[in-house]
Amino acid sequence: MKYRIIDHTADFGLQIFASDLKTLFADAAHAMIDQITDINSLKGLNEYDVHVTGSDRPDLMVNWLREVLYLWTGEEKLVKRARILSLSEYELSAKVMYDTYEPDRHIIKNEIKAVTYHQIQVKSLPDGRWISQIIFDI
Amino acid sequence: MELKKIDDYRWELPRTGAMRVPGIIYTSASMLKDSNQEEPLKQVANVATLPGIIKASLAMPDMHWGYGFPIGGVAAFDWESGIISPGGVGYDINCGVRLATTSLVEKDVRPRLKELINALFQNIPSGVGKTGSIKLSLAEEIKVLKQGARWAVSQGLGTDSDIEHTEDNGCMPNADPDMISKRAMERGKKQLGTLGSGNHFVEIGVVETVYDQNAARIFGLFEGQVTLMLHSGSRGFGYQVCDDFLAAMAKHINKLGFNIPDRQLSCAMIQSKEGMNYFNAMACAANYAWANRQILMHRAREVFSKTLSIGPNELAMNLVYDVCHNIAKKEVHIIDGEKRLACVHRKGATRSFPPGSESLCDAYRSVGQPVIIPGDMGTASYVLVGTQKAMEETFGSTCHGAGRVLSRKAAKKASKGRSIQRELEDKGILARWTGRSTLAEEMPDAYKDISQVIEVVHGAGISKKVAKLKPMAVLKG
Repeated sequence: MKYRIIDHTADFGLQIFASDLKTLFADAAHAMIDQITDINSLKGLNEYDVHVTGSDRPDLMVNWLREVLYLWTGEEKLVKRARILSLSEYELSAKVMYDTYEPDRHIIKNEIKAVTYHQIQVKSLPDGRWISQIIFDI
Repeated sequence: MELKKIDDYRWELPRTGAMRVPGIIYTSASMLKDSNQEEPLKQVANVATLPGIIKASLAMPDMHWGYGFPIGGVAAFDWESGIISPGGVGYDINCGVRLATTSLVEKDVRPRLKELINALFQNIPSGVGKTGSIKLSLAEEIKVLKQGARWAVSQGLGTDSDIEHTEDNGCMPNADPDMISKRAMERGKKQLGTLGSGNHFVEIGVVETVYDQNAARIFGLFEGQVTLMLHSGSRGFGYQVCDDFLAAMAKHINKLGFNIPDRQLSCAMIQSKEGMNYFNAMACAANYAWANRQILMHRAREVFSKTLSIGPNELAMNLVYDVCHNIAKKEVHIIDGEKRLACVHRKGATRSFPPGSESLCDAYRSVGQPVIIPGDMGTASYVLVGTQKAMEETFGSTCHGAGRVLSRKAAKKASKGRSIQRELEDKGILARWTGRSTLAEEMPDAYKDISQVIEVVHGAGISKKVAKLKPMAVLKG
C-alpha cells in the first residue's frame, strides 16, 4: 500500500498510487482505514460483500469509500482488507474482511466525517501507474 | 485573483467568466496579506456561478478553504428560481454555539475549577463516534427530528426560556423524517447528547470586558461573570444526511443543464422534488443538533449544581442564545427595495438579525440578536449583536469563529516539543480532552487572531461588539 497525506487547511486528503486499478481501489480503502486506526493491528476475521455503482471512476471511488466508511461509522466494522472482485468504470464488487470495534483493543486515531468530491481524481500517470486523490472532511 | 478594495473592510472579487454576480470579501489589509487566500477566493467565485444567486457571493473574515463552498461563505438564492446545495451547508448540519450565563463570579469558581472541569469531562460524552447515555427508539428519534430542542425540554432537560433563547426556537418546522435514510436513523439513535470530536468543545469562561452596557444588560452579561459556552452539531446523523443528498444530487445535477465547476457544489433547484426533499431532511438534522446542544447544556447545569452544591435557581444558568452556523434558511430579504424570499446558505457564518426583527423573542427585540463567536481555546470569545447593516449587506449574516490557518497536520508539527497543556495552564486555562492529538490540532496558533476577525465585522457594521469572554477551562472532544 503506497499513499501520502496531503494537507488541506480545514480537512485532509490522501494520494494513493498503484500499478493497476483494482489495487488502487483496494488500497484507497486500506489507506483511509489506516488513518482511522492502525490497520496492522486489525484482525480480518469476518467477511462482507460490497457492491457500488458510479457515474464515472471518480464517482465510483467516492461511493466505494463511502461504503467502507459507513461500515465503520454505522456498524462499527473496521475493514482490514478489501479484495476487489470485479471493476468497471461504473461498477465495483468487493469482498471485505473486517474486525468488529472493541474499545479496549482498537485505538481510534482520527474521525473521518465524510468522503468528499472536492478535487477528486482517479487517473493514469505517464509511467502507466494509477493515482487517486481524495479529500476527506474531518 | 485580483481583488478591488472598496473600503477598509470590504474587497470586491469582480465578475469574470461564468460568475453571475461578483464576490464580496469582508476582511482587512493585514488579514489578506497574512494567509493564503487563493483557494477560498476561487471557491467564492465558483459559488457565484450557481443559478439564482442574489447580489453577490459573500465571504466573512474567518473565510478559509472548504470543500465546494468556502467556510465563512454566505450565499442567498432566489426561492423560486434558485438552487439549494448540501455542500453549501456542510456535513455538520446546524453545527452551532450556545452561551449561558450564571450567577457566579470568577472567585466563586476558580478554587473549584479542576473539580468542575473533571466532572464535566466525566458527564459529557466526548470524542470520536462516542455514544451517549440516551438510546432512542425509532419512534422517539422521529420526535427528536420533528421537535428539536423542545423534545429535550419535554424530557425534563431544560426550560421554556431555553427554547425562546434559541434561534428559530430550536426547531425548523419543515422537518420531514420520511426523507431520512435508514443509515442516518441508525447513526442518530446512539449519539444524542454527545459532544463529538475535533473543534467541538465545552468551555467555562469569564466576561472580561463589556463594550455595550445596554445590550450586555439585556443579554444578562456583566464583567467578572462566569459563563458556559458549548460548540457541537448534529453528529453522525447530520453527516449522513449531507452525504446521502450529495450522492443523490451528484447524479441529479447532470439533468439540470448547467455546469458546476466542482462536484462538491452539486445542487438541485429549490422548487424541485430533490431540492425540497433535501431542505426537509436538512431540517431534521438541524432539529437533532438543537436537541443535542440543549441536552449538553442541561448536563452542564447538573454538573455545576452538584459539584458546587448549589440549587438550579441559585446557579441561574440561563441561556443567552443558541446560534447555528451551518444551515440553509428560508428568509425574506429586501432586494433593490422589494421583499424577496431567499434560501440563505450560511456555511461557517452566523445569523446577525437587527433590532426589531420578528424572529427574535420579546426580550431581545429592542436590541437585536445575540451573536456568539468562539475564538481558539487560549485566547478569547465574543458576544456581538446583529445589525440593520447586516440585513442590507449580508442577508443578516456575520462571521462564525476564528477560522483555521494551520492544517491539523501542520499544527501537530508546530506543537512538537511543546506542552500545549502547560502553555494553557500558564495562562490560567485548564484543558481536558479525549482524542490523542486533539490538543495539538486545536492549539491557539492553529487559528486566526479572533480579535482581527471581530474588528472587521464590527468595523464593517455587520455586527457590533457587546462583550469579550476569556476562557478558564475547556473540554475538547
